[in-house]
Amino acid sequence: MAQAAEAVKTTYQGQMHLLQKEIMGRYFERLTRAANQGDGKAVYMLISGNPVELVLAFDMIPVYPEINALQLAVKKVALPFIQKAEEMGYSMDNCAYVKADVGMFHSGRKTPFATIPLPSLILCNYVGCNVYLQWFEHLAEYSDGELYNLDIPFLHGEFDEPSAADITYVVRQLEEVIEACERITGKRFDYAKLQQIVSRSAETGEMWAKIKALTQKTPSPFDAYFDSVTMMAPLYCLRGTEEGLRFFETALKEMEEKVELGMGPLPEERFRFVIEGPPPWPYLRQFRDLFSKWGAVAVASTYSTVGGLWEFGFKHDFNHPLESIAAHMLKWNLTNRSFLQRYEQIHRYVKEWHADALVIHSVKSCRLFSAGQGDMREHFTKDLGIPTLLVESDIEDPRYFSEAQMKNRIDAFFESLEHQKLVRSEKVRSEK
Amino acid sequence: MIYAAGVDVGSTQTKAIIIDAKREIVARALTDTGANVTRAANKGFAEALSAAGLQREQVAYVVGTGYGRYKVTFGDAQITEISCHARGASFLFPNTRTVVDMGGQDAKGIHIGADGDVKDFVMNDKCAAGTGRFLAHAAEALSLSLDDIGEIAMRAKNPVRLTTVCTVFVESDIMSYCAQGKKVEDILGGVHGAIAARTISLVRRVGIEPEVTFTGGVSRNIGMVRALEEKLGMKVNVSPDSHFVGALGAAIFALERAMKVSSSEFRVPSSTRDPQPESRN
Repeated sequence: MAQAAEAVKTTYQGQMHLLQKEIMGRYFERLTRAANQGDGKAVYMLISGNPVELVLAFDMIPVYPEINALQLAVKKVALPFIQKAEEMGYSMDNCAYVKADVGMFHSGRKTPFATIPLPSLILCNYVGCNVYLQWFEHLAEYSDGELYNLDIPFLHGEFDEPSAADITYVVRQLEEVIEACERITGKRFDYAKLQQIVSRSAETGEMWAKIKALTQKTPSPFDAYFDSVTMMAPLYCLRGTEEGLRFFETALKEMEEKVELGMGPLPEERFRFVIEGPPPWPYLRQFRDLFSKWGAVAVASTYSTVGGLWEFGFKHDFNHPLESIAAHMLKWNLTNRSFLQRYEQIHRYVKEWHADALVIHSVKSCRLFSAGQGDMREHFTKDLGIPTLLVESDIEDPRYFSEAQMKNRIDAFFESLEHQKLVRSEKVRSEK
Repeated sequence: MIYAAGVDVGSTQTKAIIIDAKREIVARALTDTGANVTRAANKGFAEALSAAGLQREQVAYVVGTGYGRYKVTFGDAQITEISCHARGASFLFPNTRTVVDMGGQDAKGIHIGADGDVKDFVMNDKCAAGTGRFLAHAAEALSLSLDDIGEIAMRAKNPVRLTTVCTVFVESDIMSYCAQGKKVEDILGGVHGAIAARTISLVRRVGIEPEVTFTGGVSRNIGMVRALEEKLGMKVNVSPDSHFVGALGAAIFALERAMKVSSSEFRVPSSTRDPQPESRN
């Protein structure tokens, strides 16, 4: 994620991108120090609704195997690790994040961006994906780290709101995690410190929500997909820290200035789209260029809400730190919500962010995230009349990306949008 | 007289069409694409020019389409074959609302509006099941010519049920039916039925609204036309030029642009002009 900025440098490099590189560089140096000199205890976690505040309260280092995996893809070094995992017996169809990470784990944990420290705690904080559960079980098997599975009830159907019992259930587990952290670090839990971290998280979340509201403007000051990924790494790795807070202050200021100046990421904004699904990390730049060519800018993305959904009013609560962490994990992240809630989220984006179209990027090696996207396409095109394009490749495995096929679909989609635009403007002219 | 051309560089064959200002087709050309895509594009266009008795300068505007459209280096613009098939199909059959296109490696469904604009489309992904390649493999497995299998399939009395629509594994499926002593026409009946069913389920995703027009190289196969009609329960439009529909649509786009250029109120959208990649051919 840190290197996403580098991958899209053809478009623009703002202060935000440069600062991100700097602070994420420091974060990765810290991982390497922990790996080589035993400086600090690492906690492996998952992005979905991550409770990073808890870990920071013990000065432990959050490590996200998903970020490691996607970094390998962005750096174009994932394939040998994927193949190593396949040699070990992981299936061709298995999640490629898992394979890249496992392959890397068994290759000395050395990457072009950091040496990944061994885990002291393996905190599986998301159970919506069975493969992820087993990924963390495997990592526990391969290391001496202590494994804790946080069971987060999934929101679905009539249970779109977590109940009081759900909150209590999660808080009780968080207390067990606290006990584990005390045992591992030898430190006593400091409630006031957690409150302080949570309050910085609240401020960070608020700024992130403000940044995201700015893409409702025309032109959108940044791309809510390709540039949002630059902001996501600090959001997950540094949320709750001073450094993270300063980053979001800088980003907000820069984006407000861009709005003031009427500047967007492209010379001309001709189409606004909402995008669903994670990006094809091995071909991030090529993928972005396929849209840039058409003057198409993403004004909202569901992917940027996997780790947390702040734009619809959620805020961490200083007075109830554990309960608000539980609420974040249960309700305020994309992946723990039902598909119908996802429909609603996308529909709000299309309406309130004034988008022309929806693009769905389906992931070949993650059926969990992608199952249902065919119906989603149908719902948006047929029921709501919103032009929708579904394309497929992969988050990690470069073997699933066919540029010619991708280009054909994206070009045809925008050709038809352009035609419709032309017809509309001719109609307006003839009515005048 | 203004002339315009469309060059459709497909995965298997390259098609070129030249039309005049009255939208009459004045020449067609068909050549195998092969490995040298730029050469195929040039050859297709040159053959069309010579068939029309025209010089290059007499053609005001050229649109490239198909997978090799960026290799149509002499072209003025590139447009995807999805837009071109929609345009060409509604030109030939103005009431077309659904286009079923089956080419060498592609199967696609396009839902189009009353003015020939693309409303929605769907394509096969990274799998050649349901494409011309599948039929070519089947013909090869039976040592038959691709041009004959459609006719033979229509004689099927008890079409077999294929266990695969995989282009690679169809051969072993066919061999096992041969070993069981099944008749060639029944095997081919099964092959055509399986492909028709697979393509229709793909096209249903955009909705099948009549009239349906069948385009692409496979539309020359009468067995496939009948199989589609039978499974859809409706008549399917096929023109002798169905194979050229992509090139025809491109030529119509080219003519419209040529007219606008000559009346100097038209600007080619920059988006359709990709930077030309360095040719390795």
